[in-house]
Amino acid sequence: MVNPYIALLISFALCAAVAGIMVAASWLLGPKNDTKAKLEIFETGNPPLGSIRGLRFPVKFYLTAILFVVFDIEVVFMYPWAVIFRRLGWMGLAEMAVFVAVLGVGLAYVWRVGALEWD
Amino acid sequence: MDFLISFVLALVALLIVLQLTVILLWVERKGSALIQDRVGANRANIFGGLLPFNLGIVNTLMADPLKLFHKEDVIPKDADKFLHWLAPFIAVLPLFVTFAVVPFGDVLVIGERVINLQAVNLDVGLLFVLGMVSLGVYGVVIGGWASNSRYAFLGGVRGSAQMVSYEIGLGLALVAVVLTYGTLDLQEIARAQGQLMWGVIPAWGVFYQPLALVLFMIAGIAESKRPPFDLPEAESELVAGFYTEYSGSKQSMFMMSDFIEVAIVAALVTTLFFGGWQVPYLYRDGFHLPGGFFLAVPSLVVTILQVVAFLLKLFIFCWLQILVRWTYPRMRYDQLMNLGWKRLLPIGLANVVVTAVLVLALEGFTVP
Repeated sequence: MVNPYIALLISFALCAAVAGIMVAASWLLGPKNDTKAKLEIFETGNPPLGSIRGLRFPVKFYLTAILFVVFDIEVVFMYPWAVIFRRLGWMGLAEMAVFVAVLGVGLAYVWRVGALEWD
Repeated sequence: MDFLISFVLALVALLIVLQLTVILLWVERKGSALIQDRVGANRANIFGGLLPFNLGIVNTLMADPLKLFHKEDVIPKDADKFLHWLAPFIAVLPLFVTFAVVPFGDVLVIGERVINLQAVNLDVGLLFVLGMVSLGVYGVVIGGWASNSRYAFLGGVRGSAQMVSYEIGLGLALVAVVLTYGTLDLQEIARAQGQLMWGVIPAWGVFYQPLALVLFMIAGIAESKRPPFDLPEAESELVAGFYTEYSGSKQSMFMMSDFIEVAIVAALVTTLFFGGWQVPYLYRDGFHLPGGFFLAVPSLVVTILQVVAFLLKLFIFCWLQILVRWTYPRMRYDQLMNLGWKRLLPIGLANVVVTAVLVLALEGFTVP
């Protein structure tokens, strides 16, 4: 049988072709009447506030992203452990429990400090 | 010849996704009408009255997508043109490919060729699915940024913050499932659910991991930004959130990604928790009913029954998500983030620990 990653490449190419056709569909099939009003962004009638280059946004999004990275890496480390878990036995469980406990302390701290609050 | 079979299977997987998306759109409209005690779309007809009745299905299946693809492609001025077309492409491509690893049947036996009914037989299928779902976040962020509009940008950032918070819950729920089955290969997990518990009940994942099922469904619905978690694109309030400045086929691709994620969550739920293509008591040579009865069934019929079972289960879970959408009111953003970080994450961790202890206590330690 075919190497699964070659099959994956075939799948990817097929899906990319279909998605590409869809993205190009409007541009190919639709009319092109560029009026000035159409080119403005939608702000319910008010004149647009301006470009977003250099826009400042609340820092809590950054905080959420960093927390996501930390806890997602924890989950990623749990996957190989879960696959060969039966061969690791109680020792493996103890090691993973220590790992989760360390990260759990981190979660408790973040919770207590209020970084998970979203006003 | 092998390449041809791979190509055909990949095509079948892609076609299932595309058909499901369009059909789900129609089911959503008619289903929501049913729930809200009204009729729904029923005015469209073809060729000015060819059919003796009007059918909403003509509208949603044919007229709507065709109309959307013929709309003008408006890009706001000063918007980044490259990113503007890249965003819907990235939003939709990983989700299409995810279906390639979902097994929709056991094997198809043609002559002496045994074809595994799964487009890509990856042995790390589950990890691949999670990776592709994570790539969907890029579509949201880039879509918001490329619009050059403050509202769209904020919508995109909020949407990505929500998606990212629930990905951890999603991953944790699935760690428990991997612990139970000991493999990441979706076809192996589907096959392992063919055994019988106590000789009577099929060993479906829902009996082993009920809590993981609940966590996974909640995280999956939140990940696809569907109601009740749809504040980033609150339809009646923020126009369209991060895809406000998109029109035509690009907008329809963002809306499609919503339905494709519904289908992906439904596909994963059926494969991991409800046996995938397994029909209870049906094996490759026929029905082995408890009590000793055996009914021989030709292998082609077995395959057809299993594929139909898969599609039926898939559809039931898509319908369940549509029901959830039209039943619950929208969650406020801080309630949403609370649920993701303070409830799903600790409960998921507890589930993993309990599952690990139970696995070792009940099955013991196999020699490496």
